[in-house]
Amino acid sequence: MSAALKRATPHVQVQLEDFDPQKLAASLSHERRDVGAVVTFTGYCRDENGRLTALELEHYPGMAEAELRRIADEACNHWPLTGLVLVHRSGKILPGEQIVFVAAASSHRRAAFEASDFVMDFLKTRAPFWKKEHLLGEESASWVAEKEADLIDMKRWRR
Amino acid sequence: MVKIRYFAWVREKMGVDEENVALPDHVKTIEQLMIWQRERGETAAAAFENSDLLKAAIDQIHCEHDAPLEGAREIAFFPPMTGG
Repeated sequence: MSAALKRATPHVQVQLEDFDPQKLAASLSHERRDVGAVVTFTGYCRDENGRLTALELEHYPGMAEAELRRIADEACNHWPLTGLVLVHRSGKILPGEQIVFVAAASSHRRAAFEASDFVMDFLKTRAPFWKKEHLLGEESASWVAEKEADLIDMKRWRR
Repeated sequence: MVKIRYFAWVREKMGVDEENVALPDHVKTIEQLMIWQRERGETAAAAFENSDLLKAAIDQIHCEHDAPLEGAREIAFFPPMTGG
């Protein structure tokens, strides 16, 4: 990475409220002439073939923000990004609603693509959030189990 | 005294989301703390039954089961994470 490029300071947020992906993405290119690429990812709550009525997202206040910031800082250290935004909701989420947003900006597209992929893979396995599903016809909600696939995805980045 | 916090189904099984405990001198690592939990009573024993699967954090930083507890102000136990 060029010594002249100042490491970007990521914007990280954990919140109950919904977010506006367009506004968040726009913040990365606003009044800048050095940004050539902005890559965004939005994660949504699926309805699991009509079975899910609601998702409850529990999180570890303090550590959730800190861990997201650590992941975002690692991305900014590893790729020449001009900016990075990471927003994760907590609390009650309904099917169709947004859960998580990642946006990475850089002068050229490769860094933006890879950094946003990296952030999602690490967020999935290291950010202290836990999902509880409320399913149709079931008395009590059940905790979602971690996916083997997410652990495999995260390990891709160890080089 | 150290604060111990519990999340997700660990919290549900323990029946509390946090507590302040005075740890005995011989409890020096996360692993030893989990063994101590299993000896506390039925409730904690149930929560820490499959402790190999549990994750821990000391002062809000992920740690392994052999991590030393010295100087820890806040310890947390939780299942593998499912955010994102």
